[in-house]
Amino acid sequence: MNQKVEKVAGYDVERIRQDFPVLDQQVHGKQLVYLDNAATSQKPTAVIDSLVEYYQNDNANIHRGVHTLSERATLSYENARKTVQRFLNAESEKEIVFARGATEAINLVANAFAQKISTGDEVLITAMEHHSNIVPWQMLCEKTGAELKVAPINEQGELILEEFEKLISKNTKFAAISHMSNALGTINPIKQMIELLHQHNIPVLVDGAQAIPHISVDVQALDCEFYVFSGHKLYAPTGIGALYGKMEQLEQMAPYQGGGDMISAVTFDKTVYNKVPYKFEAGTPNIAGTIGLGAAIDYVNNIGIDAIAAHEDSLLSYATEQAKRINKLRVIGTAKNKGAILSFVLEGIHPHDIGTMMDHQGIAVRAGHHCAMPVMDFFGVPATARASFAMYNTHQEVDALMAGIENLIEMFG
Amino acid sequence: MLDDLRDLYQEVIFDHNRNPRNFRAMDDADRQIDGFNPLCGDRLTLFIKFLDGKISDASFQGQGCAISTASASLMTDIVKGLTEDEAQRLFTLFHKMATGEHVEMDELGKLAVLAGVCEYPARVKCATLPWHTLDALLQGSEEPVTTE
Repeated sequence: MNQKVEKVAGYDVERIRQDFPVLDQQVHGKQLVYLDNAATSQKPTAVIDSLVEYYQNDNANIHRGVHTLSERATLSYENARKTVQRFLNAESEKEIVFARGATEAINLVANAFAQKISTGDEVLITAMEHHSNIVPWQMLCEKTGAELKVAPINEQGELILEEFEKLISKNTKFAAISHMSNALGTINPIKQMIELLHQHNIPVLVDGAQAIPHISVDVQALDCEFYVFSGHKLYAPTGIGALYGKMEQLEQMAPYQGGGDMISAVTFDKTVYNKVPYKFEAGTPNIAGTIGLGAAIDYVNNIGIDAIAAHEDSLLSYATEQAKRINKLRVIGTAKNKGAILSFVLEGIHPHDIGTMMDHQGIAVRAGHHCAMPVMDFFGVPATARASFAMYNTHQEVDALMAGIENLIEMFG
Repeated sequence: MLDDLRDLYQEVIFDHNRNPRNFRAMDDADRQIDGFNPLCGDRLTLFIKFLDGKISDASFQGQGCAISTASASLMTDIVKGLTEDEAQRLFTLFHKMATGEHVEMDELGKLAVLAGVCEYPARVKCATLPWHTLDALLQGSEEPVTTE
C-alpha cells in the first residue's frame, strides 16, 4: 500500500475473517476476494451452527404443538423476533413480521395499501430504487389507477430533495424510499424525507435492504410507518427478512396470504384472523432461517454496527482514492453520504467482461444492472461493475481489486 | 496472469470488439429485429437484406460485451451470401458449439474462435444473443427477442 491507510483502531479484521469459513478458499487458483456483499453477504460460523443446532436438536413446527420440541422451536423463533425488535428499536416485538425478504415485505405492504388507494392518488418513490421497490408500486398503480411519481437524482447519484418535496401533494397517499442505494451506495436523508412526508400525513416505507448491515437503525427515532430488510445481506441465511410496521398500521391492514397460523377460527362461513403479527405469517415459516437471523444480529451486535460501519467507510475511502489512479475508470455514484459500494465502468470494456476477468483472478464483483435499470439509464451506461465491502474485507483486498482491474485493462489493450 | 483466459478471449475477439464489422444501421433493410439480454442489459438491432433468395447484406447496432459484440460482428460477416436454410443450419451448429455439444469445427469456419465460451456458462448467452436474434428474424418474427 503506497498510501496512508486510515484503519480503525481496535478493529481486528483478521480475527473476524476466521469466523467466515467460506473466505478461506481459492478460486481459479487464487485466494478468494469476495466483494459482492451488496448482493449477499457470507455467513459466520455462529449462524451456520445455529441452523445445524436447530435441525439437530429442536426441529418441530411452531405455535401448534404442546410437545417439548415444538415449545423449544417456538421459543427460539419468538426470541428471534425480540432480537429484531431490539435491533431496530421497535416499540413492541409484535411490530415485527417475518417475511422471505425485503421484496416480500414490500409486496405485503403494497398489497394491503391497494385497498386504500384509488384513481387520482399518487405513490412517491425515488429514481434510485431497486426494482423490488418499483415494481410492487407499479402493480399497485395498475390495479388502483393511481399514479407513480419518481423523485429525480443528480449527477452524483444523490436525491434532489427540493424536487422530492415538490412532488409531495395532497394526492400523495404513500411513499416508498430507499435508505441506501444498492447500485450507487448513496445514503438518503431519510429522517428529513420522512418529516416532509409526515407534514402531509403520508405513510412511508423505508427499504433498508442495503442499509441494514451498515447503518444503525432506530425506527422510533425515524418515525417511519414501515421499515423492511433482508437477512441475507446481514450475514443471515437467504429466504428470511423482516417487516417493521407501526402497530396502528399493521392492525388496519388486510392479511397478505391466507392459510394456517394466520387465523384464530375458521368455519366454511367465516374466518377470524389471528392477531398482528401472526395474521401476516401464513403457513409454516422459515423457522431455521429466522433463528439464523437472530444469530446473525447477535453476531453483528457483538462486534458493533458502528465499528463495522467505521471499518467499511475506511475501505471505501481507500478504494475511492486508489481508483483515481486508474485513468480509464469512472466511478458511478459519488454522493457525499455513501455506503461501502464502489460502482464503476471502464472505458471501452463492458462490465460483463470485467466480471469474468476479475473472477479469473479470484475476485468476486457484480457486473450488471443491479436490478436498477432506471439508474443505469440515468447514467447512460448499460451496466456497471460493482465492488461492495463487508465487515470482513481488508485493505489488502482493495489492493487486489485495483491490481485486478489494471491487469484486465492491460489484457484488453 | 490472465493467460488461461485466452481460450475465451482470443485476439480475434478483441479485434472484432474494437472494430466490429458491419456495425451500422441499414435504412433499406428488408427485415430488422431487436435482441435483448435482460440479465446483463446487452441489446442489439439486427438488419438483413435479401436478394435472389440469399442474404445479401447484414449489419447490426447496439451495445454489449466483447463476446456478444464479436459474435455479432462475425455472424453478420459469415451469413452474407447464405440462403435462409443455410443460415438456419449455421445457427444450429453455432448453438451446439456454444453449449458444449460436439460439432465439426471445420463447418463453423471463423466462428470457431468462440468455442471457448462453452466453458463459461454465465457467458454462453452473450455469444448466442445475435444468433437467437437472427433465428427469430428468419422465422419471420418482429417481436424483440430475449434470451431469458
